[in-house]
Amino acid sequence: MKEYVLGNGAIALGALSSGVNLVAGYPGTPSSEIIETISKYPHDGIHLEWSVNEKAALEVAAAAAYSGARALVTMKQVGLNVASDPLMSLAYVGVKGGLVIVSADDPGPISSQTEQDTRRFADFCRIPVFDPSTPEEAYAMVKDAFEYSEKYNTPVLLRPTTRVCHAYASIEVPDSYSPKEYEGFVKDSHKWVIFPRLSYMNHGMIEERNVKIGQELSKYRFNIATGSGTKAIVTSGVSYAYVKECIGDRQDVRLIRVATAFPFPDDFMTDALDKVSDVLCIEELSPYIEEQILKIAGRNKLDINVYGKLDGTVPHNGEMSTELVSEILGRYLNTELKKEYIDTSDMPTLPLRPPVLCAGCPHRASFYAVKKAMAGRKAYYCGDIGCYTLGNAMPLDMVDTCLCMGAGITMAQGFAHTDDAVCFAFVGDSTFFASGMTGVVNAVYNEADMILCVLDNSTTAMTGHQPHPGTGRNMMGNIVDKVDIAGVLKGIGVKSVVTVDPLDLKQSTDAVKEAAGLKGVKAIIFKSPCIAITKPKDKCSIDTDKCINCKKCIREIGCPALITTDGHVTIDVNLCTGCGLCSQICPVSAIGGKSDE
Amino acid sequence: MNKDILICGVGGQGTVLASKVLAAAAAAAGEVIHSAETIGMAQRGGSVTSHVRIGEAAHSPLIPFGSADLLLAFEPAEAVRNLRYLKSTGVAIVNVSATKPVTESLKDTGYDGSNMVEYIKKKCECIFVNSDEICKPFGSSRFFNIIILGIAAGSGKLGLSPDNLLQQIEKRVPKAYADINKKAFLTGLEIGRTSGSR
Repeated sequence: MKEYVLGNGAIALGALSSGVNLVAGYPGTPSSEIIETISKYPHDGIHLEWSVNEKAALEVAAAAAYSGARALVTMKQVGLNVASDPLMSLAYVGVKGGLVIVSADDPGPISSQTEQDTRRFADFCRIPVFDPSTPEEAYAMVKDAFEYSEKYNTPVLLRPTTRVCHAYASIEVPDSYSPKEYEGFVKDSHKWVIFPRLSYMNHGMIEERNVKIGQELSKYRFNIATGSGTKAIVTSGVSYAYVKECIGDRQDVRLIRVATAFPFPDDFMTDALDKVSDVLCIEELSPYIEEQILKIAGRNKLDINVYGKLDGTVPHNGEMSTELVSEILGRYLNTELKKEYIDTSDMPTLPLRPPVLCAGCPHRASFYAVKKAMAGRKAYYCGDIGCYTLGNAMPLDMVDTCLCMGAGITMAQGFAHTDDAVCFAFVGDSTFFASGMTGVVNAVYNEADMILCVLDNSTTAMTGHQPHPGTGRNMMGNIVDKVDIAGVLKGIGVKSVVTVDPLDLKQSTDAVKEAAGLKGVKAIIFKSPCIAITKPKDKCSIDTDKCINCKKCIREIGCPALITTDGHVTIDVNLCTGCGLCSQICPVSAIGGKSDE
Repeated sequence: MNKDILICGVGGQGTVLASKVLAAAAAAAGEVIHSAETIGMAQRGGSVTSHVRIGEAAHSPLIPFGSADLLLAFEPAEAVRNLRYLKSTGVAIVNVSATKPVTESLKDTGYDGSNMVEYIKKKCECIFVNSDEICKPFGSSRFFNIIILGIAAGSGKLGLSPDNLLQQIEKRVPKAYADINKKAFLTGLEIGRTSGSR
C-alpha cells in the first residue's frame, strides 16, 4: 500500500519493514519523528523507548544487537557527539544483529548548534554511512543499512539531512510488519569485552573489511553516474535534488551522485571520472567527497581540476538551495540556469520574526521572576538547550551563555569559582535528565555556589512534546513511576530545594531572593506545564478605563499576545492563555484575569 | 498536472494542516506529490513555510524561486518575504491582517501590514482577504487555515476539487470540529468564487 509520510516516517517504516526489534533514541530536530511514527503503527513485539540521552540509547541498542536482534537508534547530529563514546568502541567490537544509527544532520543550521557532518564521524569510526537524497531513498536505505550491518557485523550510520527528514513523499510499504526472529545473547568474552588486544586485532580486520565494503558499494544502486562530457558534477544528499532541478535531464554533463561517503566507492568514482577534466563538488556541510576525489586524483595521477568548498567555489557554511546551485552551476557550465522571478529588491522593510517563547509560556514567568529578584545585583545566567534558550530574546535577555545539553549547570560552577556574581543555571526537565544530573553532583562535590533553576514544564517541548522520565509515561504506552526531580536533587545532597509556581510572581521572586542569600548549591524548581499540553485558562483582558497605556507589560515581558492596536495596548485573545503574568505586572491593575468575552 | 503551491505564515497559524490537506487531496487525485515543512525552533512565532509540489517535474522538496503557481499567505509581511517563489504569472491569496512580532511591539514601529499589501498589489495578481472579519463568526482565527483552502479552491487556481479537499479535511480534524471546519471551508469557497483577483 501507499503511505504519504514525512522523511522521518519513511525511515521509521523502513525500520519496521526490516523487522526491527528495538528502537531507542533521544528527541532532537530534525530526527524526532522517527520514533513518534513507529509508536503510531502497530509495533507488537518491538521495544520502543525515548532513552534518557543518546549515549544511553546506543548502549541499549548495542546489547540488543549483540543478541542478534535488529536495533535502530535515532538522534540529531549533536546527539551523535553524546553517543560517540559507545560508538567509537562499538565500531571495534562490532555487532551480530543489525544496528543502524540514524544521525540527522542540519545544514543551515536551522535548529542546531553546529554544522557538523555525520559522514566525517563515519570515517572517524570507520563504519559505513548511507546518505539519502529523498524520503523514498531513506526508506530503501534503512533496509540496505540493516543488511550491510549484519553482513559485515558492524554498526552502520544513516545520515539524512533536515530537508530529507522534513520532506513528505508517497512510499510503497508492506501491509503489515513483523519483528525479526533472533538467537539471543551468546556469551563470548573474547568477542564482547573490549580489551587492547581485541582493539588491535579488530582494527586491522576493520580496515581490510572496509576495502571490501568500498568495492561492494561501488556497485551500489544509489551510487550513480549519468551523462557524458569532460565536465562533471559530483553531489550527494538533497543537493542532488537541487542539481537535478537545475540541469534536468541534460546529458552533456556528467552527473555523479555519491550515496555512500564511507567507505568511499573508489572504483565507482575512478570509472565515473574517466575522460573528465573538471569536477565540481556540490555537497552540504564539509567537503568530504571533494577530499576523497582529490585523494583519488592524487593516487591515480589524474589530470583534473577539482572545484568545491576547498577552492572557494562553493560556500562552506549554510544549506544548499536550487538558487545557490543554479548560480554556481551557471558559472561552471557557462550557461544561464537561473529562473526569472519577481523582483523584490525594492521590498519594504520586513518585520523581524525571530522565534520567541509562546504567549503564556511559564518559562517567561520564571525568567522574569529571577530578573526581578536580581535587579541591581551582579548575576550571570547560564542557559541550556530547549525552548528556554529563547529566554535570551529582548526584553527578557536572561540567557548569557548556551553551549550544549546540560552545560549550563556546570558552566555556572565555573563562573562561581572565578567570579563574585550570583551564578544561575537554567535547565529544562528533559535536559535535566539527559545530562544535567551529573553536573549537579559535580556542584555539590566541588562546593560550588550556584542557583539551579529547573524549568519543569512536564514535557520535552521544543522537539514536539515527547515524554521523559519525569512525565510518568513511556513509549511502550505504559504509565510508570515518575522520577521526581526534587527527590533526585535532595538525594544528590542539594540542601535547599524549593518548588514554586512560576505564574505566581511574588512566590517566585521571594524564592529566588531567599536562595540568593544562601551558600552552596540551591535549587528552585519552577513547575508549570507547557501551554501546548494544557487547556488555556480564562483569557486576560484590559480594562481600558484603568489602562494608562504605559506599556510596561509589553516592555517587561514581551509576550506575543500583548500588542498595540492604534497606539493602545490590547490582548490578542487568539494567543492569550490566561497565564496572568501581565496582570501581576500592571502598575494600575488594569489587566484582569478574565475576559469579558 | 504540475503545480507548486507555497504556504507561508507565522508559527502557530496552522499552515502545516493546510499543506497536509492539499497534499492528501492531490495524492487522492492520483498525482505524484512532494511537500516540505518548517519544523523546530522557527515554529515558535517565527516565519514558516510549507512547500507543496504536485506533479512529476519536481525534484527538490523546496519550490525554487519563480516556480510557485499559487502563494497562500497567512500574513502580509510573510507574503512579501516569500514573493520571490511566485511565478510572474502566479496568484497570491493574502491575508491582510498583520501578526505583530514581539520585536515590533517593543519598538512600536506601527507595523500593521498595510504597506505590505500596497507593495504586493504592484507585484502580482492577488486576492486579498481579512482573516479577522472572515473568522469572526467562527470565534477564532484558528479556522483561517481551512478557510484559505476554500478560497483557493473557489478561485479556480488550485486544480483540486472542493469535494476532494473537504473529504481530506474531515479525515484530518477531530470529529467534534468536523462540522465547523466544513462550514469554514464552504465559507472560503464562496469567498473564492466571488472575489475576482486583481
